[in-house]
Amino acid sequence: MTSTGTITVQLDGQPMPLAAGTTLADLVGQLGHTPQAVSTAVNGLFVARGQRAGCLLQAEDAVLLFQPIVGG
Amino acid sequence: MNNSLNDDSWRVGNITLHSRFLLGTAGYPSPQVLHDAIVAARTQVVTVGLKRTLAAAGDNGFIALIRQALHETGARLLPNTAGCRSAREAVQLAQMARELYDTPWIKLEVVGDEHTLQPDPFELLAAATQLVREGFTVFPYCTDDLVLCRRLLDAGCPVLMPWGAPIGSGQGLLNPFALRTLRERLPDATLIIDAGIGTPSHAARAMEMGFDSVLLNSAVAQAREPVAMARAFGFAIEAGRTAWQAGVMAPQDFAVASTPVGGEPVLLGGLPT
Repeated sequence: MTSTGTITVQLDGQPMPLAAGTTLADLVGQLGHTPQAVSTAVNGLFVARGQRAGCLLQAEDAVLLFQPIVGG
Repeated sequence: MNNSLNDDSWRVGNITLHSRFLLGTAGYPSPQVLHDAIVAARTQVVTVGLKRTLAAAGDNGFIALIRQALHETGARLLPNTAGCRSAREAVQLAQMARELYDTPWIKLEVVGDEHTLQPDPFELLAAATQLVREGFTVFPYCTDDLVLCRRLLDAGCPVLMPWGAPIGSGQGLLNPFALRTLRERLPDATLIIDAGIGTPSHAARAMEMGFDSVLLNSAVAQAREPVAMARAFGFAIEAGRTAWQAGVMAPQDFAVASTPVGGEPVLLGGLPT
């Protein structure tokens, strides 16, 4: 977290600056996803859709978003 | 294992299935071809995956047409944990799949070797044990190791998915002895041959050996005409299943005359045929 009130998280391994106080639900919305379109994990742990609004992101959190794809 | 000619349904938990052909959805030339292959296969279970959003860069409409095909056919989704290397990772991904696809079914893949994509039996069993406790219906992609398979059943997996050959290799049933042993030693288990099937005859052979169903992907997706190949596999799986039910004859080391001409030659020097 910086003195300007921003933090940087690692989104799929890439640094992403966010306003301090951003929740995981906020981030999903900021990225243009509907809540149902993705599944989420923070620091390697699944965060259920209903828990995203209470998941306050911290500096250097590793955030992953997953979406459906074809598979065998 | 149902061996009745009259009722050939099979079950996973409380779900009754009639098709014995499970189809993967990766690698098709277009969403429409995939859709048409799902319909042609008359499958009731199709596999899907999950991918990180930044790496996925859109799916070109594949998922939408899969869902359309499912709506038309009534087939169910079986998400996988492809790409996982540890139990911890697989459990997390399974939880995401359950939420994303709204199903407790999970094809559990935990790879232990990059070259063969062989499942890691230790991580697989650990993940299966935890996921069953969490209410998942676990379809573990496993090797043909009898002891591992027993442990997975003991952990509560309702089906097992032993490999025929490494994923995508198209080599067929590489170890028929081990697969026959599995079938003989686990007569009540639901066994699905998964991976390595390259031709309809491979699938037919698996069914003739008494396996309950077959899951394949690349052999259809990589065909010049995937829809026609899906249909061909459907015929082969049905033929193999019917042969198993009818009772496949035991092979003999020497010729056994089929025409009952009696113990003496009809003419001097004649041979029965």
